[in-house]
Amino acid sequence: MSIVDPTYRNERQNDIDLGRRKAIQVAGGGLAIAFLWMGGAGKVAAAINARRQPDDAAAAAADGNPPFAPNAFIRIDKDGSVRLVMPNVEMGQAIYTGACMMLAEELGVGLDQIKAEHAPPNEPLYGTPLLGGQITGGSTSTRGTWQTLREAGAVAREMLIAAAAAQWHVEPESCAVSRGVITHVPSGRTIGFGTVADAAGALPQPAQVKLKARKDFELIGKPLRRVDSPDKVTGATQFGLDVRVPGMKIAAVKACPTFGGKLGRVDDAKARAMPGVIDVIRIDNAVAVVGEHYWAAKQGLDALDIEWNPGANANLTTEKLVADLMDASLNGKAIVGRQDGEENVSGKAIDAVFLSPMLAHATMEPLNTTVHVTSGQCEIWVGTQVPVRAVEAAAKITGLPVEKVILHNHYIGGGFGRRLETDSVEQAVRLAKNVSYPLKVVWSREEDIRHDIVRPMYYDRISATLGTDGLPSSWRHRITSGTVLGRWAPGAMGKNGMDSDAIESAADLPYDLKNVHVEWVRHDMPDGLVVGWWRGVGPTHNLFIVESFVDELAHAAGKEPLEYRRAMLQKNPRVLALLNLAAEKIGWGSQPLPARVGRGIAVGSPFGSHVCAIAEVEVTAQGEVKLRRFVVAIDTGIAINPGSIEAQMQGGLLFGLSAALYSGITVKDGAIEQSNFHDYRNLRMNEVPLVEVHRIDNDETPGGIGEVGTAIAAPALANAIFAATGVRLHKLPVDRSLLIAGPDALKQTVASATVVAGGTQA
Amino acid sequence: MFVLRVNGEDRTVDVPADMPLLWVLRDVVGLTGTKFGCGIAQCGACTVHLDGQPIRSCVMPVGSIGQKAITTIEAIGETPEGQKVQKAWLDVDVVQCGYCQSGQIMSATALLTRTPNPSDADIDAAMSGNICRCGTYVRIRAAIKQAATGKPEVMQTIVSGPAGGAP
Amino acid sequence: MKRFLGFIVIVVVLGAVAYFLLNRTDKNDGAAPAIAGAPATADVLARGEYLTRAADCIACHTVPETGKPFAGGVAFKLPFGTIYSSNITADAETGIGGWSDDDFVRAVREGVRNDGKHLYPAFPYTSYTQLSRADVLAIKAYLFSLPKVKQADRDNDLSFPFNQRWAMGFWNAAFFRSQRFVADASKSPEWNSGAYLAGALGHCAECHTPRNIGFGLENSNALAGEELQGWRAYNITSDPKYGIGGWSDDQVAQYLRTGHADGHASASGPMGEAIAHSLQFLTPEDTAALVAYLRTVPAREGKHPVDIDARPVAALASTNAAPGGDDAANAMGLRLFEGACASCHQWNGAGQQVSRASLIGTRGVNDPKGANVTQAILQGVKMRVNDTDVYMPAFGHAYTDTEVAALANYVIAHFGNKQGTVTPDDVAKKRAL
Repeated sequence: MSIVDPTYRNERQNDIDLGRRKAIQVAGGGLAIAFLWMGGAGKVAAAINARRQPDDAAAAAADGNPPFAPNAFIRIDKDGSVRLVMPNVEMGQAIYTGACMMLAEELGVGLDQIKAEHAPPNEPLYGTPLLGGQITGGSTSTRGTWQTLREAGAVAREMLIAAAAAQWHVEPESCAVSRGVITHVPSGRTIGFGTVADAAGALPQPAQVKLKARKDFELIGKPLRRVDSPDKVTGATQFGLDVRVPGMKIAAVKACPTFGGKLGRVDDAKARAMPGVIDVIRIDNAVAVVGEHYWAAKQGLDALDIEWNPGANANLTTEKLVADLMDASLNGKAIVGRQDGEENVSGKAIDAVFLSPMLAHATMEPLNTTVHVTSGQCEIWVGTQVPVRAVEAAAKITGLPVEKVILHNHYIGGGFGRRLETDSVEQAVRLAKNVSYPLKVVWSREEDIRHDIVRPMYYDRISATLGTDGLPSSWRHRITSGTVLGRWAPGAMGKNGMDSDAIESAADLPYDLKNVHVEWVRHDMPDGLVVGWWRGVGPTHNLFIVESFVDELAHAAGKEPLEYRRAMLQKNPRVLALLNLAAEKIGWGSQPLPARVGRGIAVGSPFGSHVCAIAEVEVTAQGEVKLRRFVVAIDTGIAINPGSIEAQMQGGLLFGLSAALYSGITVKDGAIEQSNFHDYRNLRMNEVPLVEVHRIDNDETPGGIGEVGTAIAAPALANAIFAATGVRLHKLPVDRSLLIAGPDALKQTVASATVVAGGTQA
Repeated sequence: MFVLRVNGEDRTVDVPADMPLLWVLRDVVGLTGTKFGCGIAQCGACTVHLDGQPIRSCVMPVGSIGQKAITTIEAIGETPEGQKVQKAWLDVDVVQCGYCQSGQIMSATALLTRTPNPSDADIDAAMSGNICRCGTYVRIRAAIKQAATGKPEVMQTIVSGPAGGAP
Repeated sequence: MKRFLGFIVIVVVLGAVAYFLLNRTDKNDGAAPAIAGAPATADVLARGEYLTRAADCIACHTVPETGKPFAGGVAFKLPFGTIYSSNITADAETGIGGWSDDDFVRAVREGVRNDGKHLYPAFPYTSYTQLSRADVLAIKAYLFSLPKVKQADRDNDLSFPFNQRWAMGFWNAAFFRSQRFVADASKSPEWNSGAYLAGALGHCAECHTPRNIGFGLENSNALAGEELQGWRAYNITSDPKYGIGGWSDDQVAQYLRTGHADGHASASGPMGEAIAHSLQFLTPEDTAALVAYLRTVPAREGKHPVDIDARPVAALASTNAAPGGDDAANAMGLRLFEGACASCHQWNGAGQQVSRASLIGTRGVNDPKGANVTQAILQGVKMRVNDTDVYMPAFGHAYTDTEVAALANYVIAHFGNKQGTVTPDDVAKKRAL
């Protein structure tokens, strides 16, 4: 990864009084904007704070009662060990490392000196203002904590210094902090954090603290090693699935495969007779077999003779869903998300229709929850992006007050939005209510995919007119889909019924366009087919449409796609700079490409960041797509950890490419057809291209990064395929049968293909 | 009743012969570093070594293991190659969610043990059975090369701030 | 003119005589040799259950996974249309509950329904005609002891003239002989049991004997191999090179009991069903009888002999964990194999975790046309043998025709040392079956 133009020019980030208004300004796109665009529908209480809060004393007491706990995030024990409590959850995005860096930078410790801890569910202490709750998603974690965590570190530092200065009878200003040690600079005296922890804990909190200037950062901006990786390379990390509670039994579960269907009759005689099988538990839409170990439970589950009541969706198919979506697009009522200028502009008219599939998350760690329900308490062990929602759901099911629901959060083996849902937790609580012992409910991979809460299907009709210069003189885009936001946070829906996530990155285009009309038609899925957040949310869908269509317009205008975009980005220097950088790095236009090799560009500004990706692919005569090389240019403002940014761009891009090439959830007889990695395919090592990440550094407020790569992947890929083959893809995943070179290509024996060298990193 | 040689220790387990080794390790022996991902040998998260050979424990009937030595992620760092791989994984900062990484490290260690200087094609052959949803593949490749040669392949991580003596 | 008319009359009369002679029913009840698993002294329901399994009725009369036992509805896609199996539970309205013993016996042994209409020979009455009346009625008794399922038969989807059931009378006249099993006194009782198990009950010939242009069995080439529903039923004659003459008795028996014989074969597709539903349940004595009989089937090369290379160069140049000796032309197939296949099959083809994943020495990987390799990739394997799941994923849903063809050809090259000839079009045709 290269860093372009490193400048450390001003210190305006020192402003610690970041109000909600500013937060809204910097939030940028994605899930966050869904809450903010409409005026902010989140709970006011749900806001992290750098200073002590009413709940803090109890939280610190529950966390080992350390002598120094100035706020919800910092605990310093007598022996000087520093524990940092993470407001967000770690699911791979490296937020524990980023959050620790922000805290440690101001606190004055090294990352090798701290231990990161999972936060307990506590919305007033750990709620993210951008999402209005203790929620990790929408690439908001850094954006939502950038000011508060640094300030929290500074508050702690000032108090520790004050305690040391008082002990030495010196001015606090004459003291410095490094690596957990306070030094009185003139005398050279030193004292460790642990020694002054008690005294510091008794001091009042400073009203004002000064944050470091960027030029003084010692940690922020450097590729620090992840705080969670040492345990992850030895197998020591505890994911939810790894929980082992004394007396625990393990359940394998099967829910009605049909959306919204119920459990009918179950003959469990065979299962109960099997060795290791302990119990069979029925709930309204699922049945579980409990065993001493998962294998016994699974064997028992397979031995059940189950009758389902499939309900109203028994005959539902993908074809029917698509037909209904198309009908809604043509005849439904649209809500306008953006309207500038004229509606009817004459000129060369281009239009296109796009269909995007439902997608499963397929996190590597299948869904699981361990629950122990006793008469007065419900204890839960799980990895979740929404700990408070999980607690509230469990309280409702058990009838217990929320304070009697204890939730232990865990490292998450892949979230991608799936663990923003509580369905698996609710199911586990309902099952565990029936038994006296702690119950670990494990979903098989098949259960995990067949009962995913899928990314919705989208149907897009988009059109433009071209002016005499070939550039768009008008732009009209109608998106039709179900709504995730409308179910997940109905209060965040616009007053006019708009789902801001559905139009994110479609209404807020990076280009200088006139006469733009963007609208959305809400078309709810049949009851029981629940749609959910999926990495990159609205932008993953909309950037594919917008950037594919821009490419289509360039082609119609007879313009080169790079020049065409440049012409429309003259007023957007940040994105233009990225476009130019990526083009330079891939060597755009420098030499002719071989036959059936093509490059495709995509730009966008999702999640408060800006990005340009250029893909280079080869398409064989028989339509197989080989990923040769990807160059990504990213501007995410101030980088907390450039190593994490590169990793998220590479990983996010591959996640998006995997979906664009292979993934689509289809429905037959009201049930998801896919079940495991053989039919819900994932990109493998030997298909992975070179992925170069180039970063433009500046002093802008940090943007989100976890979903940016995913959102920009598909359009770059599709545009490269167009360049290689002349085939414009209006549907995902890539239909390789459309890319065949000629009618005889499939009549030949397949035994010739050029070998693409495995990818290495630039 | 089977006596398994796990990470150098004998473990007696009372389980059915067709029970996959994965669940014996996780639910009976209590070693949870080996992960469940698919149950059908398609993702590699459950990879362990049997007499040094990488196998998918999710489809390995415990009854057919016999005397073979089982090595899991918890003990792979005790082999020279495992140690090199784990160090390279940290230096390159491979992991994201980390769930698949036990299996990735077991596959990579087996590769380096038999092929100390693997080519890209060798890496493809050894590693393509391991799925990573986070998409850490680019860094996995770099880390394997770095483990093999000892030379930095890509951006290296810093363990702590420059003000302190990083270990 | 008169002479011409007279000629016509004679032809018609001779034709009618021939039709009736050729459609003549063997009036004998027939006598079965001793079957170890269904001794004459046993309870009729126990005998019926064993014989129903040995005749593998369930495979064709139960929709896999979702269907109720014996309620029919399984589709058989044939070149001229689709036939659906019927409900043979005792439900009076939709099944065969109203059938008399004679009705049932006639259907099983003559291919004629209780309403007098002909059945299609997708139903193997051509083999079951050898069954003794006692055995057929034991099967009926067993079926009638099971839960009745109300499930209407599905109409066949056949084009003219194949939708004319009466026309099957002519087919029968040409290709079917109503004939009970006749023991061969010159052979051992064990051999006779085996002949009855293979010929009358197991109906091996229906898949393994080549068919002529009229879809009749080519008995001169008995059990020399045929392709059916896109799968190749291999040569199971005693030919040492092309048949199973080179397998030991134990290997044949192991295969019949488990669906796998080390170094020779792992069952999938229709044979996998036969193992899972039928052959694994035979008693050891009956399996041995079947082996004894198969040993005596005259050696024949068959129409598409498969030459087995037991020491394929590329596989021998590979280790369990790393490939070697591959032609760069097969790179696409190699990449697919390293991703989705090598974890179980291994590069040296030895098979890992479970022995049935071994590939070396199998006819599947040695058949350049790759019929069964292609089908196994597309459909996978899912069966339960000896209370253990036997599973290979079905890759057809997420891999293109081109990928499946490339993978099949790679497997044939690497493990069979042959140039595979599978094209994406071939794969598409198999998918359409």
